[in-house]
Amino acid sequence: MSEIKFTIDGKECAAKAGQTIVEAARDNGVYIPTLCHYEGIKPAGACRVCTVRVGGRNMAACTTPVANGMVIENKTDELEDMRKAIIEMLFVEGNHMCPVCEKSGNCELQALAYRYTMLAPRFPYLWPRRGVDASMPKLYKDGNRCIQCLRCVRGVTAADGRKVFGLVNRGGQVRISHDAELSNALTDEQARRAMDLCPVGALIRKEVGYAVPIGKRKYDSAPIGGDVERA
Amino acid sequence: MGNNVAVIKRIVEAHGADRGRLLDIVRDAQREFGCVSDESVAEIARLLKLSSVDVEGVVTFYHFFSKTPVGKYGIYLNNSATAVMNGRAAVAKAFSEAAGVRFGQVTADGLIGLFDTSCIGMNDQEPAAIINGVVFTKLTPEKAKSIVAGLKSGKSVDSLVEGFGNGANQSELVRSMVNNNIVRKGPVLFGEYTPGAAIKKAVSLKPEDVIEEVKISNLRGRGGAGFPTGMKWEFCRKAAGERHYVICNADEGEPGTFKDRVILTELPRLLFEGMAVAGYAVGAAEGILYLRAEYMYLREYLEDVLADLRKKNVLGKDAGGKSGFSFDIRITMGAGAYVCGEESALIESAEGKRGEPRNRPPFPVEAGYMGKPTTVNNVESYCAAARIVLEGGEWFRKMGTSQSAGTKLVSVSGDCKKPGIYEIEFGTTLQTLLEMVEGRTAKAVQVGGPSGVCVGKKDFGRRIGFEDLATGGSVIVIGPERNLLEIVRNFMEFFVEESCGWCVPCRAGNVLLLNKLEKIMEGHAGMNDIAELESWCLTVKGMSRCGLGQTSPNPIYTTIQNFRELYEAKVKGDAEYVTEFNLAEAVKASCEAAGRIPNVHEEH
Repeated sequence: MSEIKFTIDGKECAAKAGQTIVEAARDNGVYIPTLCHYEGIKPAGACRVCTVRVGGRNMAACTTPVANGMVIENKTDELEDMRKAIIEMLFVEGNHMCPVCEKSGNCELQALAYRYTMLAPRFPYLWPRRGVDASMPKLYKDGNRCIQCLRCVRGVTAADGRKVFGLVNRGGQVRISHDAELSNALTDEQARRAMDLCPVGALIRKEVGYAVPIGKRKYDSAPIGGDVERA
Repeated sequence: MGNNVAVIKRIVEAHGADRGRLLDIVRDAQREFGCVSDESVAEIARLLKLSSVDVEGVVTFYHFFSKTPVGKYGIYLNNSATAVMNGRAAVAKAFSEAAGVRFGQVTADGLIGLFDTSCIGMNDQEPAAIINGVVFTKLTPEKAKSIVAGLKSGKSVDSLVEGFGNGANQSELVRSMVNNNIVRKGPVLFGEYTPGAAIKKAVSLKPEDVIEEVKISNLRGRGGAGFPTGMKWEFCRKAAGERHYVICNADEGEPGTFKDRVILTELPRLLFEGMAVAGYAVGAAEGILYLRAEYMYLREYLEDVLADLRKKNVLGKDAGGKSGFSFDIRITMGAGAYVCGEESALIESAEGKRGEPRNRPPFPVEAGYMGKPTTVNNVESYCAAARIVLEGGEWFRKMGTSQSAGTKLVSVSGDCKKPGIYEIEFGTTLQTLLEMVEGRTAKAVQVGGPSGVCVGKKDFGRRIGFEDLATGGSVIVIGPERNLLEIVRNFMEFFVEESCGWCVPCRAGNVLLLNKLEKIMEGHAGMNDIAELESWCLTVKGMSRCGLGQTSPNPIYTTIQNFRELYEAKVKGDAEYVTEFNLAEAVKASCEAAGRIPNVHEEH
């Protein structure tokens, strides 16, 4: 496998051919924030939080393959501010009430807000009317918290490959819908995976909750991305 | 429902139970039932072995599909800025009063539904509406009332059309009141042309030499982005794949663009022949014309032209008389989505899916339609390519500027005496164009549609061309009396409506930009709001996934640059903080909604 040389913010890095910028950066101990990205499922380029600058152009690091000689800008003031703006957009676009959310402490959106020291969003809240759907036997879906990252859409499929979840409507009205029949057939294992895939608290398993107490959760003691930077 | 199941089955089978034809299936179901209900969605999904969310996703993505009934007659009234300039509000009011319902609603008897719709490509004859596929132009309140009265009395939509437009609009298969308004003809589009000559010449050359000729011409994509056409064809030809495809992007949705509509009406042979030339050059046997739903009224006519070209051997087996070269074209319809003008979204839509742009790489020339190498070009680009084969690349390159060769078809609308189609040489200044169209009093010109640039008077010396003012064709003249910020608001509402919703900055950002603009327009802003608005524009432009979000802040961004005084005039002095809303007004509004009489102390 051919070795690729590139730089991120001046740091000399090496990568394997076929890796995306996000993966290659991680292997070199450089954290690029992501939200819709999830190891092992097809990248969507939906949240744009991983936007980096290459050759004067902005591109999503999760969908762009790394190439030999690439000069990547990652942690510039301009990019960091625009990433923070996107996180703030997500907070005002939905209804995110962290103190009452089962995902608090395990939530990647919340963790990124801490990492970017978001105090109050720069944008006015949109207070959308979104519903909670408890019609699935094993999961409930809270539209208030959904950030339309499409992880569930991409990562949860029936045995025959059909999508269980899908995007409906367009623009500011997009929502995650589900196929009633296929979601009825979800196994416990699939339901757990759906909740694990969800970066926020939009997909929550029924009947089990707060198995890990708040205070002992993933991002309670270490910031998101810390594992990559320590490695 | 038992009966409905049988109808859905018939529709699905009529399209070969092919999931790639999902848009056609949904369109037929919509036509049959006036909506695509949850039951229909489930049945279509079952028959196509899809997840119901795949079908629901398509039904809810496109403007002309609906889960709830749109009425026996759905009246879709264009709400582009030019329509507003030409008296849309009074027409909308007349429709509303005559039908007895507001826009967005359907009459209780299910007869008439009223809906807003994004630019339908009739900007030179606004206000215009589409009713069950039939286009009505130059509407007045009186005409609106008589249309509703006619529909109520049981007349057919066709019978309400009063007089036909010129040219092929009068032909038996079109019979439309649409007018061409071709004001200025030029050598590339309107030069002398004998059908069949271009493909004969092309097949006498090697495919590589056809591409070379197009490269020599410096032809760049006429949709507005300006990618070199010859290079695109070369990439496509060289890409590995057992099949290659040629797609024509006839989804002109940029408000103010209607030049492709005129090409499709008057020059379809030149267009299809250009596609055949492309097919020969890239090694494709299949071409697809992706036609926007708004131009459905041209479909039968275009099918007839295709049949004729097959007879004349311009298309079909041994096309152009070249043994072994087969090329044919089919038409696939859109269903109302501006974003489908983006080539990868168009491909998704042509595959029967939601029109969401794809991530790149891979590019369509490597993996496009059905994952195969595909060249997607604009209607005008194919016409130009056919002409280049006939006249030579050098001939073409002599016109225009060094970076923008040839001529450009522009569609001019707004405050001018001669709206319509103009074939102008690249490099023409706005001032010269304004003289041609008799719009000398303009205070601003919107070049390239909402996603383009709003140019002020001091810059009317700027030139149409990729190196200066790029445009897919839209030129909107804005007269001295117009409220420019209202036009900006109209453009932003358009982008909010048309964002596909896939990526955050475009989905949420455009709503936030529109809200902030309105805050300023309503006098609740301080100076810092203008600075914030400008910086938010850069975030949306810089972070969005496709061209829609990368350009959607332009109405605000370019007017802050060129007409800053309009924003500053709305701001309350140098106040750093201004309340977001007027309490007394808000109380009045909510009392009105609740049917109570407000009792508030006015601020002094």
